[in-house]
Amino acid sequence: MSAMLQLPLVVTAQVDLVLVLVSLLALWTRLSRLSYPNAVVFDEVYYGQFVSLYMKRVFFIDDSGPPLGHMILALGAYLGGFDGNFVWNRIGAEYPSSVSVWSLRVLPALCGALCVPLVYLLTLELRFSHLSALGAAVLLLLENSLIVQSRFMLLESVLIFLVLLAFFSYLRFHNAPTSSWFRYVWLLLSGVSCAAAIGVKYMGLFSYLLLLGVAFLHTWNLVGDQSVSHLNVCVQCVCRVVCLLVVPVLLYVFWFYLHLSLLNRSGPHDQLMSSAFQASLQGGLSRITQGQPLEVAYGSQVTLRSSASQLIPCWLHSHKANYPVRYENGRGSSHQQQVTCYPFKDVNNWWIIKHPGRQELVVDTPPRPVRHGDVIQLVHGMTSRFLNSHDVAAPMSPHAQEVSGYVDFNVSMPAQNLWKVDISNREAESEVWKTILSEVRLVHVNTSAVLKLSGVSLPEWGFRQLEVVAEKLFKAHGSSLGWNVEEHRYGTSQEPKEREAELHSPTHIDVDRKISFWAKFLELQWKMLAVKQEESEHKYSSAPLEWITMETNIAYWLHATTNAQIHLIGNPVSWGVANLSLLAYQLLAAVYMLRRRRGFKDLPDAVWDQFVCLGCVCVGGWVVNFVPFLLMEKTLFLYHYLPALCYLYLLSPALLEHTHTHLLSSVTHRCALCVCVSAVLLSVFVSYRTFCPLTYGSPELSANQLRGLRWRDTWDILYRRR
Amino acid sequence: MFSFLMAKEECISQRNKTEHSSILRNRKNIPTSLKTSQAPFTSVSKDKISQTAGHSSEDDNQSSNGSSAQLFTRRHGESPVKVLLLLVVGLSFSTRLYKITEPPHVCWDETHFGKMGSYYINRTFFFDVHPPLGKMLIGLAGYMTGYDGTFPFIKPGDKYEQQNYWGMRGFCAVLGSFLPIFAYLIVLELSQSHTAAFITAILLIFDTGCITISQYILLDPILMFFIMAAVLSMVKFNQQRYRPFTASWWFWLVLTGVNLAGAFGVKFVGLFVILLVGLNTIWDLWRLLGDLSLSLVDVAKHFLARVVGLILLPLFLYVTVFAVHFVVLNKSGPGDGFFSSAFQSRLMGNNLYNASMPEYLAYGSTITVKNLRIAGGYLHSHWHLYPEGVGSRQQQVTAYSHKDYNNLWLVHRQDDNNSQSGSPDLVRHGDIIRLEHKETTRNLHSHLHEAPLTKKHFQVTGYGINGTGDTNDLWQLEVCGGRKGDLVKVLRSKVRFLHRATGCVLYSSGKTLPKWGWEQVEVTCSPYLKETPSSQWNIEDHINPKLPNISLSVLKPHFLEILLESHIVMIRGNSGLKPKDNEMNSKPWHWPINYQGLRFSGVNETEYRVYLLGNPVVWWLNLASLGLYLIMVAVASVTIQRGFSLGPKRIEQSQVLMRGGGLLLLGWLLHYAPFYTMGRVLYYHHYFPAMLFSSMLTGITVDILLNSADLILQPPYSDWMQRVGQMVLLLSVLYSFYLFHPLSYGMTGPLAHEPGSAMAGLKWMDSWEF
Repeated sequence: MSAMLQLPLVVTAQVDLVLVLVSLLALWTRLSRLSYPNAVVFDEVYYGQFVSLYMKRVFFIDDSGPPLGHMILALGAYLGGFDGNFVWNRIGAEYPSSVSVWSLRVLPALCGALCVPLVYLLTLELRFSHLSALGAAVLLLLENSLIVQSRFMLLESVLIFLVLLAFFSYLRFHNAPTSSWFRYVWLLLSGVSCAAAIGVKYMGLFSYLLLLGVAFLHTWNLVGDQSVSHLNVCVQCVCRVVCLLVVPVLLYVFWFYLHLSLLNRSGPHDQLMSSAFQASLQGGLSRITQGQPLEVAYGSQVTLRSSASQLIPCWLHSHKANYPVRYENGRGSSHQQQVTCYPFKDVNNWWIIKHPGRQELVVDTPPRPVRHGDVIQLVHGMTSRFLNSHDVAAPMSPHAQEVSGYVDFNVSMPAQNLWKVDISNREAESEVWKTILSEVRLVHVNTSAVLKLSGVSLPEWGFRQLEVVAEKLFKAHGSSLGWNVEEHRYGTSQEPKEREAELHSPTHIDVDRKISFWAKFLELQWKMLAVKQEESEHKYSSAPLEWITMETNIAYWLHATTNAQIHLIGNPVSWGVANLSLLAYQLLAAVYMLRRRRGFKDLPDAVWDQFVCLGCVCVGGWVVNFVPFLLMEKTLFLYHYLPALCYLYLLSPALLEHTHTHLLSSVTHRCALCVCVSAVLLSVFVSYRTFCPLTYGSPELSANQLRGLRWRDTWDILYRRR
Repeated sequence: MFSFLMAKEECISQRNKTEHSSILRNRKNIPTSLKTSQAPFTSVSKDKISQTAGHSSEDDNQSSNGSSAQLFTRRHGESPVKVLLLLVVGLSFSTRLYKITEPPHVCWDETHFGKMGSYYINRTFFFDVHPPLGKMLIGLAGYMTGYDGTFPFIKPGDKYEQQNYWGMRGFCAVLGSFLPIFAYLIVLELSQSHTAAFITAILLIFDTGCITISQYILLDPILMFFIMAAVLSMVKFNQQRYRPFTASWWFWLVLTGVNLAGAFGVKFVGLFVILLVGLNTIWDLWRLLGDLSLSLVDVAKHFLARVVGLILLPLFLYVTVFAVHFVVLNKSGPGDGFFSSAFQSRLMGNNLYNASMPEYLAYGSTITVKNLRIAGGYLHSHWHLYPEGVGSRQQQVTAYSHKDYNNLWLVHRQDDNNSQSGSPDLVRHGDIIRLEHKETTRNLHSHLHEAPLTKKHFQVTGYGINGTGDTNDLWQLEVCGGRKGDLVKVLRSKVRFLHRATGCVLYSSGKTLPKWGWEQVEVTCSPYLKETPSSQWNIEDHINPKLPNISLSVLKPHFLEILLESHIVMIRGNSGLKPKDNEMNSKPWHWPINYQGLRFSGVNETEYRVYLLGNPVVWWLNLASLGLYLIMVAVASVTIQRGFSLGPKRIEQSQVLMRGGGLLLLGWLLHYAPFYTMGRVLYYHHYFPAMLFSSMLTGITVDILLNSADLILQPPYSDWMQRVGQMVLLLSVLYSFYLFHPLSYGMTGPLAHEPGSAMAGLKWMDSWEF
C-alpha cells in the first residue's frame, strides 16, 4: 500500500492564459447589460410564445424545428421563475418587471460566448499554432452579428456552439493516441452534440452529415490498415457506429420524449393532430371523450371525423338545406338535403347508427357491436334524414356521385341508404368498430362507391362548407376516404324530441385510452415535416447570395421614442476577410492538386494532410451550411448565414499561417505579411467599435451619425423624424 | 451504316496490331468484333482473340482477365451472340410497333406535342417550356408521312378520323425501340457479359411502361433515345482510350457530342446526361493528367479535343436547332405575348410586324405598356379587387403575358379628363400624367400599403371612378437617359413611371400572384430607384386617331438576343409550372416503387383504356437490385481494402461492379435525385430515363450475383443454379408481361376491381387506377 503512495503529492496544472483571456472577453461582450433592452426583440416574439406554452405545459406544434431548442430557451425561463403569463404579440413591447429578462437570454448568450474559446481549441486540434487559434478567436469575438444573435432569446448561437463542439470533440478523439480508452468519451460527446445540434435546428443535420463523412474516411483508412488486427478493427468500427449513429438517433427521439412528456395539456394546435393523439392530452378532446364507450354498436350516436391529411379537421355534417335544383353552370341536382363536412364542432355533426332491418335507434342491452363488413344505415341526429348516395353528379366534382340526406320527392328516385363498414386498419376480419382507433371506409352498397371528402368548398348555397362525395374505389385512394368516430355515446331515447336534447348534452362514461409514445412521436414528426408554411415574404428577408456580400441587414429593435436601435449587421472587415480566405483556399487547393497530380510534391505529406483536413472541415462546413439554402423555398434571413460564417473565421487564420510557413520563404515577405495582418486586425477592431452602437443599442446616435453608418445603400437603418 | 462502322474499326485495330501491338492491351475489342460477324471478318476476330488473350497476360494489372473471361457466356461462340442481338432487335421493334395506331384518338400529352408538331408544319409561332428539337422532329415525321398539320389536337380523346397520325407515333416508337438495343450494347461494353446485356434488354423490352411511353407522340422517347445514344457513345469512347486521336476515337467523341446536343435540345432534362458525360470526362482527364508518360502538351491536346467535341460542337448544334426554329416559325401565333415587343416585330401577322402607329406618345392616346424585364407582361387590370388582408381592398393591377383588351390604358394630363379638339399635345420627359384603365375607368394608383408579395414595396391598385381619383393617381413619366422636354418614342423609348406622392417607381417583380390574382404577375411600386429592366417599361400599342401613323422601322433584334430571351422565357415558364391545389401531385419517392401510373386514355368501363405503368415485376426487381448492388459493392470494397486475396474471377467481377456499375449508378442518381429539389409539378413519366439506368444496373448486378453461385456450391451444381436462376428470371418477366400487357396495348370492359375484368386480381396496389 505505502509503496503506491508517493510523496510529495504534486498537482501540476497548465493554464493557457490566452485562452482564459479570450473566454473572459467573450463573456464580457456577450453577457454585459444583457437585460437591455427590456423589450421584445425581433424573433423573441416568435420563440417567446413557445416558452410561455412550455411554462403552461400546453401542447403546440412548430414546424420550424425540433423541440430541443425551444426547451433550452424554456429552461432559462424556468430557472428565472417565468410563469408563462406574458403575451408575446409585437416586437418592441416592454417586458413587465415580473419577467426576468436576464434569465430568458442568458443560455443563448452563454453558448455564444463559449463559441470563442471553442474555435481557439478547434484550431489547435486542426494542428495549427496558438497564434492562429488566437486569430480565429478574435475574429469571432469581434463579430457584431454573432454578438447580436447571441444576446437575445434566439437559437443560432446555441446551434453554432453545438456544431463546433461536435467537431472539436471528434477531432480530439481522432488526434488522441489509439491506446487510450478515454478518447471514446470524446467520441460520445461528439455524437451527443450532433444530436443536440439537430434537435435545435434541422440545419444541424448538414453539419452532422459532414462529420459523418469525415469520420467515414478516417474509418476507411483504419480498415485499410493491415497492422491492426481484424478484431480490433471490428471493435473500433462498432464503437464509432454506436457513438456517431445509434446514440444520436436515440437522443433525437429522446428530445421528443421530453417534449411530449412536458406538454400534456391540450392547446391551440390540437386540431392538427389525429383524434387518438388529442385524446392523450389533458383537457380538450380528452375531456369530451373520456369515458366514451369503446365499441360502436347499433344505436350509437357518433360524430365522424374525416382523417384526410389536410390541416383543417372536419366532421360529417348535414343541415336543413337542400341542394339547389340547378347549379350556376346549369347542371341539375337531386334537390335533396345537403351533406357536407364542417370544420367546427356542431350539434348537426351527430349521426346515429341504425341496423337496416330494425326500427329502433337505441342501444340494446347488451349492446350489439358493429363489425367489419356489416351493412348499416346512418341517420342524421337532428333532421332524421338517412345518409344516401345515388347516380347524380356531385355539385363541385361532377365525376363523383352526390351524397345527400334522403328526401322522398316521389320522383322515382328510390332511397339508396345502405353502407358497408370497411375498417381499413383492422387486425382481424371480424374486428369491432372502435371509437377513435378504427379508421373506417363507408362503402355504398348499391354502387360500391366510397364516401369521400373531395377537398373542395361549396359556394354560398352550401355555406362554404366542404363538399362530400361518393367515388368509385378504383379512382379514389389515400386518406380522404377514411373516417373515424370521434365523439360517441350509446343512444337511449327513442323519441325525436328527447333525442335532440340528448344530442345537445355532453357525453360521459369511463374508459381510459392511450396511444404509445412511438405512435405519437411518428405522428408529430410527420406533421412537423409536412406542415407547409404560407409562402410569405418578410420585410427583412433576403436571398442566400446576398449574404455573402452582406447586402441586407435586419432591424431587430428600435427604441419607442429615441433613435437607439439594434441591427443585425456583421463586421464588414471580418466579412471581407472571410470571403477572401474562402477564395484563396480554393485557388491554392486547385493549384496544389494539379501540381501533385503531375508529380510535383510542394508540401510534405503531413502538411498536405493538415491542409486537406482544414479544407474538409472549414470549406466543407461552409458549403454544407450555405448551399442547401440555395435550394430552399422558404423565407430566409441573414442570420441563417451565421453558422457558415463561423467556419470561414476558422479558416482565415489557419490559411494565413499556412501561407506564412510554407509559401513565403524570404524574411521580408514574412514581415510584410505580419504587418498586413496587424493592420487588418486593427481595422477589424475599429469597425467593431464603429458598429457597437447598433449592436448593443446604446449609446443613442443622432440621425447624421446613423446616416454615416449606412455603408451600403441597401442597408435599412431607421431614423426617427423629429 | 452499322457494318461500315465496324469495318472501319476493324481496319484501325488491324493497323494498331501491326504497328504497336503492345498498346493493344485493350481486350475489350473482342465483343465489338464478335458483333461484326455479320461482316466477313470471322477469321480476323478469331485471330485477335488469341492475340489479345496473349497480351492481357503480359499486362500486370489486368492479368486476371484473360483466364477469367473464359467463364463468360461470350466464349460459347459467335452465332448465339449474333442471334441474341437479332432477337433483341426483333423483339424490341415488334413490341413497340404492335397496335401503334390504337387508340385512334388523342392520348394525354399528344394534345400538346401533336399540336406543336402541327405548328411547325403551319409555321406558326408558339411558346413551350421545352427546347424545340423534339417537336421539330415530330413535325418533320408528320410532314414526311403526309400529315398536313390541320388537326387541331384540342383535347385528349378527340378522334383522329382521316388524319395521318401514324407517322408521328411510328417515329416515336422507332426511336423507343432503340432503347433496349442501346441498353444491350452499353451493358455489354461495361460488363463484357452477354448474359448481363441480355437480361437488361429483356427487362426493358417487356416493361409495359417503356412500351406505353414509346408508342405515343411524346417527347420522352426522343429524349431517351438521345440520352442512351450519348451514354453508348461515351462508353465506346472510353474503350478507345489506348488509341487516342485515331479515327474511331474521334468518331465516338463527336457522336457523344451530337447526342448530347440532341438530348438537351429535346428537354432540359438532357442536362443530367450532360452532367454524367461531364463527370466521366473530368475523371478521364484527371487520369490523363496523372499519367506522367504524357507531356503537358499531350494533356492539353486531350483537353482541347474534348472541349471541341463535347462543348463547342454540341453548343453549335443546339444553337443551330434554335436558328432553324426561328426561321421556320415566322408567323404570329399563340406564343407572341410571352416575348418582348422587339421579338414580336419579327412575326408575320403580329400587329407589330411592319407596324404603323403614331411615332410619339400623346395625351389622349390609348396604349399598352409592356415591362422590359424578359418575359415581362403587359400592365393589366380587371374588375377584381385585392382580397381582404392584402393591402387596401381596391382593384387589382397586375402584369399579364397575353394580349387582352384589359391591357389598354388611356393617357391623361394630371388635371383634365376630356381630350381636346385639334391636334393633341405630345407627352414629354418629366411630365406628370395619369393613366386610366380603359375598361374599368380606374386610375393607376399607389399608396403606402405593403405590396401583396414583395413586402418591401408598395401596393399598386386601380382607384377612382371615371378617371376621377386623388393625388395618389399621379405619375411622373421619365425617359431613361432622357432630358427635360424629350419626346417619348413608341416602342423604342424605355420609360419609368415615378409615383408623385411616395417617390417610388412602378415595378414588376416577376412573382406569380396566388389564385385570387388569377396567377398573373405582381406589379408593385418600388422605393428603390435603381434602374433595372423590372422598373422600365415601353409603350407597345399606340392608338390615337388624331395623329398621323408612321411606319416604324423597328430595330430587329439580333439572333443571340432572341436566343437568350427565349431561354429566359422557357426557364420562367418551367419554374412557373407549380402544382395546383387539388391536383394529384406525384412525388419522386412514388416512382421507383411504381406507386402510381398515369392515365393515358380512357376512364370508364366503356372506353378504350391505356395506363402508363411499369411492369411491377421489372420495377421491383430494379429496386431490389439497387439495394443488392450497394451491398455487393460494400462487401467487395471492404474485402479489397482489408487486403484479402481474391481469385482472378472475383477481382474481375468487383471491377465490373465498381466501374461499370458505378457509372450506371451515377447515371441513375443524376436522373433521379434532382427531382427532389424541384418545385415544379412532377409526373410519373419523369422517372423513365432513370429507370433505364436502373435496369442496366440490374442486368450487371443480377448477372454477377448468379455468377457468384460457386461461392456456396461446388462447380457442377453452381452452374446449374446459375442456369436455373436465369431461366426463372426470364420466365417471370415474360409471364408478368403476359399478365400486364393490356395496360400498354389497351383494354376495354369492366375495371380491375370487378371480377369480369381482364385485369382482375392484378391490382396489386390500391393506388393503381386501372
